[in-house]
Amino acid sequence: MRPLTEEETKTLFQKLAEYMGRSVEHLINRSDERHCFRLIKDRVYYISESVMKASASINKDNLLHCGTCLGKFTKSGKFRLHITALDYLAQYSKYKVWLKPSAEMSFLYGNNVIKSGLARITEATPQYAGVVVYNMSDIPLGFGVAAQTTEACKELDPTANVVLHQADVGEFLRGLEDDMF
Amino acid sequence: MKSLSPPTTKKSDAVAKRGQNKGGKVATVAKKQNPKPATAAKASVGKGGKAVQTKAKATSNSKKRQSDEDSESAEEDDARDYSKECEEDSESGSGDDDSRSDIEKEEEIPETKKRIEVKESTAIQTKVESDHSENDDDSDSSEDSESDNEGEEVVEAPLVKKEKSPAKQKESSDDNDSSKNSSSEDEVDKVAPTPIKKSKYSAKETSSDEEDSADGTDDESEDNADEDKGFTDENAKWLKPKTSKTNLMSSDEEDNEEGDEFDGDESDEENMLEVERQSRLIDAEMQEEQEEAELELRRTITQQTSVFHLPTPEELEEDENRVVPPSELRARIEDILEVLADFKVRREPGRSRSEYIERLGQDMAELFGYLQELVDYFLSMFGPNECFEFLEASDKPRPLVVRVNTLKARRKDLAAALMKRGVRLDPLAPWSKVGLKIYESTVPIGATPEYLAGHYMLQSAASMCPVMALGPQPGDRVLDMSAAPGGKTSYISQLMKNKGVVIANDLKAERQKATVANLHRLGVRNVVTCCHDGRKIGGQLRNSFDRILLDAPCSGLGVISRDPSVKVQRTIADVQRCAHLQKELLLAAIDALNHRSKKGGGYMVYSTCSIAVAENEEVVNYLLSKRDVKLVDTGLDFGKPGFTRFEHKRFHPSLALTRRFYPHVHNMDGFYVAKIQKLSDKRKGEEDNKAEVQEVSTSDEKVAEKVEMKKVSMAADDNEKNAKKKQLRKKRGLDYKDNEDDKHVAQKKRHKISYPAIQPQKKKTNAKVSKPRRIKINGM
Repeated sequence: MRPLTEEETKTLFQKLAEYMGRSVEHLINRSDERHCFRLIKDRVYYISESVMKASASINKDNLLHCGTCLGKFTKSGKFRLHITALDYLAQYSKYKVWLKPSAEMSFLYGNNVIKSGLARITEATPQYAGVVVYNMSDIPLGFGVAAQTTEACKELDPTANVVLHQADVGEFLRGLEDDMF
Repeated sequence: MKSLSPPTTKKSDAVAKRGQNKGGKVATVAKKQNPKPATAAKASVGKGGKAVQTKAKATSNSKKRQSDEDSESAEEDDARDYSKECEEDSESGSGDDDSRSDIEKEEEIPETKKRIEVKESTAIQTKVESDHSENDDDSDSSEDSESDNEGEEVVEAPLVKKEKSPAKQKESSDDNDSSKNSSSEDEVDKVAPTPIKKSKYSAKETSSDEEDSADGTDDESEDNADEDKGFTDENAKWLKPKTSKTNLMSSDEEDNEEGDEFDGDESDEENMLEVERQSRLIDAEMQEEQEEAELELRRTITQQTSVFHLPTPEELEEDENRVVPPSELRARIEDILEVLADFKVRREPGRSRSEYIERLGQDMAELFGYLQELVDYFLSMFGPNECFEFLEASDKPRPLVVRVNTLKARRKDLAAALMKRGVRLDPLAPWSKVGLKIYESTVPIGATPEYLAGHYMLQSAASMCPVMALGPQPGDRVLDMSAAPGGKTSYISQLMKNKGVVIANDLKAERQKATVANLHRLGVRNVVTCCHDGRKIGGQLRNSFDRILLDAPCSGLGVISRDPSVKVQRTIADVQRCAHLQKELLLAAIDALNHRSKKGGGYMVYSTCSIAVAENEEVVNYLLSKRDVKLVDTGLDFGKPGFTRFEHKRFHPSLALTRRFYPHVHNMDGFYVAKIQKLSDKRKGEEDNKAEVQEVSTSDEKVAEKVEMKKVSMAADDNEKNAKKKQLRKKRGLDYKDNEDDKHVAQKKRHKISYPAIQPQKKKTNAKVSKPRRIKINGM
C-alpha cells in the first residue's frame, strides 16, 4: 500500500472530474475526517485516515482491501472507474440520467441506455460527459457517458443510445466471476 | 271422496281444517313441538265433525298418497262417524273408535300432527270449566263446541292413564265415567289433575308452548263441552267406547312409553312406536357400541403401546435384506418414543432403556439419512423426543430473512419497495429492527435493483444474534475473525454507522472477494479486509481491539437444512477437529482483545452455527480455564441457556449465560452465542502449562525408564530366541552351505536384531516415547 504518485493523482482526478466536475475537491476537503487515496497493487482506494492507519498494521501480502475502491490503473496507465466508486460518484455527480422502470433491468444487465428507456436527463449535458444513472426512485444504478447532448436526445430515434454503459450495480454479482474484487 | 281420498288420517284432515280455522298457528306449533303422544288426535277428529265432512273430502284429496283400499271404506265410516259425533255426542265415542281404526290403517302418521294435538289436549284442560258452559253453537267457528265431547274423552283418558297404572285403567275409566255423570264434580276433579298433565307436557315442550296453549285452549273448550254432553246424554254409549278406548290406550301405554292414548289406531301406532322404539334402541345400541369401541380403542392403544415389541437383533437381521419403508421407520420411532415417554409402564419386560435408545438412534439415522454417530450424539444432547423434533426441523427450510442496510435505506421504505415488486414480507421478530421475513416472492430476492443498490443483505436471523450481542459502538476498533462473506461484518459497520474501524479477517483470500463485493455494495467504508491465519492474529495484533467477533468455523450441525451434505459427511472426529481449531482461535482472539479499552470494550463474542457441545460449551469452558476472562450476559432475551453439564462433563456455571438457538424451538438455524469479557492479560493456562510440562517430562522419564527396561528384556528374549532357532537349524540343517549362510544371516541378524527388535517396541509405546528413544539412541 502506498500513496499515489503525482501523475497517478492527476489521471485519477481527471477521471473523477468527468463525473463530478468541481466537486472533486469535496473528496479532499471533508468536514468530518481527513481522507486519502492509497494504491494497493493497481487499485486505488479512498479511505479515512483512521482506517488507513489501522490497515497499516497489516502485512501487505494479507491486505486485500480497505475503505472504498474507486477503480484501477490499467497497464497502459489509464484509470478505470469501478462500480464500487458509485457511492461517491452519485453523491457528487454533475449530470444525471433517470431510467424508466422498464429500462431498469436492461441497464443492470450491462446494456446501454436507449432513448425509449430514458425518463429524464439533466439539462445541458454535453456529449461524452460522465453521467450517473438512476432509476425513478433515485437509486443510483450505475454510470456511463452521455452519447448525445440533452438537446440532441430530444430528436433521437427511440432505439438510439443515450448513455453508453460503463458500470452498473449488476457487476456486484457479475464481478465476482470476473475477478473484479 | 272415497275414490280420491287416500287413507290419510282423519286426523290430518281435521288438523288441516283446524289449521284453516284457527290460522297458521297449529302448523307452526306442530313443527316446533317434540314428538309426543297424539293424545288429542281423536279430539281433533271429533271436533272436525260436520265441518270436516265437507272440508275433509277436499283436503283428503291432497293426501291420497298414502291411500289403502281399506282406508277408503274406513274413511267413509269416518265421515259417518264424524257426522254422528257432531249430531250425537254420546255416539261420538264409537265414532271416534272407528275413526281411530281408520287412522290405524294408515301406517305413517306424521308425528308432528300428533304432537299438535297433544298440546292442544293439554291446553284444553286448562279451560275445562269455562268451556263447560259452551254447547254446540257454531259448527263453523266453534269446532270447539262440536268436538267437545271427544275432547272430554281425550282429556279424561290421559288423566286416567297418568294417575293409574295401565292394568287398572279399565276401572279407572269406569270411575271416570261415573264421575262424568256428575259433570260439575268431574270438572272439578279433572281440573285438579289436569295441571299435572300439563306440567308434564309443558315440561317437554319448548318455547312454542305458549302458542300451543293458545291453540289448545280452543280445542279443550270444545272437548269440555263434549264432556258435559257426553255425560248428560248417553252414559251407556259413552262407557263402552271409553272402556274400549281405555283398554286400547292401556295397551298403547304398555307398548309405548310415550303413550299415544287417544289415537284409535293402536295396532298401527304400536307398529309405529315399535319402529320408533326399535330405531331408538338401535340408536342407543349404536351409541353404546361407539362408546365401547372408543374405550376399547383406548385400551388397546395403551395395551399395544405398553406391549410395543422392540424388534430383536435377530428380527432386524431379516430387515437388512429388504428396504424398510420410511413410514414403517417413522411408526417404529414414534412407538419407541411413546415407550420412552413412560418407560416404566410401557416397556417390554426384559428390555433395557439403552436397547430402545439404540434402536431409536438407528431408526432415526436411517429415516433422516444421517450417520449413526451423529444421531447418537444428538441423542446424548437432547431427550429422545426433542432429538426427533430437531431432526425433523433440520429437514425443513428456514424462512428467508433479509437485513435492512440502515446505511442506505430504512426498513419501512424497503418493505414498501419490495412489496411493490410482489414480495410478501413481514417484520422478522420483535427483537430485530432491521430484519424482514420473506414469505413469498415473484422476483429473485438476491437480484432486485434494491439488493444490487445495497439496501439489504440476505442474512439468516441467527447470524444477526452474535452481532447484536457484541453491540459495537461507533468509533470502536473491531475485529471480525472469520468474516466471509461479510454479512456480520457489514452489520457491525452498520451499527457503528461507518465510524471507527472494522478489520475483517478470513483465512481464505478467495472467500474474501465476496466480502469485498458485499461491503462495497452495502456502502460500508470503514472496513479493512485481510486474510490472516486467525490463530496467529493474537500474536500479531495483541491487545489492539475493543471488540472481537469470532464466528468460528464449525461442523455446521446447526444448519443442516441449508447444507444437507453435513448429514453424511460430518463425523464426530470432524467435530473434535473443529473444536480444536476453535480453541486455538478463541485463545488468539482473547489475546488480541484489549481489556483496557477506554471505549467500554474488552468484550468478544464467540459464536458457531453448530449445536454440538464439543464445539460450544466445551470450547468456552476451556477458555475459562486458560485465560482471565468471564462470561457476561449476551443481551439476547430469547434462546436457551447453554449447558452447564453434559454427559460426565461439568462446566463452569456461568456457561448458563450463553445462548443456544435451535431450529425446532426458535425456527432459526442452530446457533450458539457466548459473550466474553477479558479481565486481564493473565494466562491461567501458562502457569498451569509449565506445571503440566514438568509433570509431563517427569512422567516421560518414567516412561522412558520403563521402555528401556522393556527393551533390554526384549533384546534378551530375542537373543534367546535366536539361539534356539540356531540350534533348531543346526539339528535340521545338513547342508554346510546353508549352515554357512545361516551363519552369515545369523551374524547379520544379530546386528539387526539388536536394533530392529526395539522398533516394534517404539510403535507400541506411541508418540510420547519419541523422547526416550532419542535418549536411548544417544545412550547407544
